[in-house]
Amino acid sequence: MSEDGRFGLDRRTKLLGPVRLDSGVQFAPVEFAYETYGELNADKSNAILICHALTMDQYVASKHPITGKPGWWLSMVGPGKPIDPTRHCVICINVMGSCLGSSGPASFDPGTGQPYAMDFPVITIADMVRAQAILLDHLGIERLACVIGGSMGGMQALTWASLFPDRVQSAIVIASTARHSAQNIAFHEVGRQAIMADPNWQGGNYYGSVEQPDAGLAVARMAAHITYMSEEGLTQKFGRQLQDRESKTFGFDADFQIESYLRHQGLSFVERFDANSYLYITRAMDYYDLAEDHGGVLAKAFQGTRTRFCLISFDSDWLYPTIESKRVVQALNAAGAAASFVELSSPFGHDAFLLDAPEMNRIIDGFLKAGAL
Amino acid sequence: MIALRPDLAAIAAHIPVGARVLDVGCGDGALMAALRDQKGIDARGMELDATNVADAVTRGLAVVQGDADTDLADYPDDSFDYAILSQTLQTTRRPDLVLDQLLRIGKQAFVSFPNFAQWKIRFAHMFGGRMPVTRQLPHRWYDTPNIHHVTIDDFKSFVKERGYTIEGEWYLTGEKQRGAAMANLLAEHAVFLLKR
Repeated sequence: MSEDGRFGLDRRTKLLGPVRLDSGVQFAPVEFAYETYGELNADKSNAILICHALTMDQYVASKHPITGKPGWWLSMVGPGKPIDPTRHCVICINVMGSCLGSSGPASFDPGTGQPYAMDFPVITIADMVRAQAILLDHLGIERLACVIGGSMGGMQALTWASLFPDRVQSAIVIASTARHSAQNIAFHEVGRQAIMADPNWQGGNYYGSVEQPDAGLAVARMAAHITYMSEEGLTQKFGRQLQDRESKTFGFDADFQIESYLRHQGLSFVERFDANSYLYITRAMDYYDLAEDHGGVLAKAFQGTRTRFCLISFDSDWLYPTIESKRVVQALNAAGAAASFVELSSPFGHDAFLLDAPEMNRIIDGFLKAGAL
Repeated sequence: MIALRPDLAAIAAHIPVGARVLDVGCGDGALMAALRDQKGIDARGMELDATNVADAVTRGLAVVQGDADTDLADYPDDSFDYAILSQTLQTTRRPDLVLDQLLRIGKQAFVSFPNFAQWKIRFAHMFGGRMPVTRQLPHRWYDTPNIHHVTIDDFKSFVKERGYTIEGEWYLTGEKQRGAAMANLLAEHAVFLLKR
């Protein structure tokens, strides 16, 4: 076992930074909460960075400290899995803006001694990536054998490859996109408005209050959760079945199973997530358009890249549909990049990447091993 | 190592080291892997079937899932020295447009296809009165992916009409190459190298 305190489960560190944010703000100091699994090899060539999605966290393969649930990607990460701590040094960092220990609106502003709340600067996906690069410098990891992520994690993986082409040997981008569409932004705006319409939100300054903007955050989660599932999946799982009752109540209780399920999703979410973090991270995703800094030409984001890319989409994902992955592939082709792309079949919509998907695992395992990983 | 299919072997033999290659309809990447292993070529592939793409990716090849009829438009002009279309032309909806795309993307294009005028097929049709089912065309009329059958002579006159030049031609029966004499009657497969 390594005696190096920088590596291991549930690590915390505060670094001087600064992170140069897209907004122009120089953010410092920067707090990081992260986990690593497995050992960095002698030539530091086996590091895999996992980038997490909007409401996920660094607990990829270990117990969540609040919910007590097992890691969120055990189907992908573990001994004998495609990402294997016995061979790889796996790193996952809570993204900037989140609420599981990295700098975010709920963390303390050293200037005031109070939580930042809405004084936290608006961040972007690129800002998250620049912050991660600072932590990797601290860990002594110059080059990543692979950056992998689904959904917002995929946006970070693409951004890593674009911002730091020399640091990224390969990138795996699952159920993701190179820009947020009007529809994506629209759903996020519904969520944000639900939070901000909750009187307990109090302009974001609720951290000292007994009353929290739970109702607003729960509604935001419910709206978002619908976008993570396919209509087919919903119909299969719930149909029009009633919840613990024989007939309709002619009231507004959760008569239908789908209502009860969504309410449960909303309620359990507020226990583990901060409403302001939800505002900041959804904003970062909405601001995301990788081509924007390249005159609208996505291919230019990858000009001259030597990174190997693997993209995977799911046919029932309507949040980031296959066409978005194909746009990225088209750009990578135009940039002459070594890119692979597969659309997999699944009834589970966007969430398919978090579930057991043997074909996805086979592809990722093969892709990593073909890169001598 | 499994030997390459004869038409692929003929193509592989004529691609020089260092060439930029796109294999359209690359299947599980057999030709791409051979080009990499024998000539150090970093080829790119396109394939319609997801399982084939997955197989190719696990071999370390860069293959994207796509349809020759619609997705070739995504590649820039002149991005490859060679675009390859092996045993796929007859399955496309618009072989004419696909060929144009190949010669837009690639400076040259290899195209191979089963010859629908080979004598066994002519016999089956003429005397059997049925759509031929043969070794190289094993499907029946209702389930065949081969929706645009073509003969060697059809292809040659089509290439001429389109204003392309034939840089090389190879004819195969079974595993063996054969001469150009009476190829339209005798050859099972044809491989052409075309240029703009």
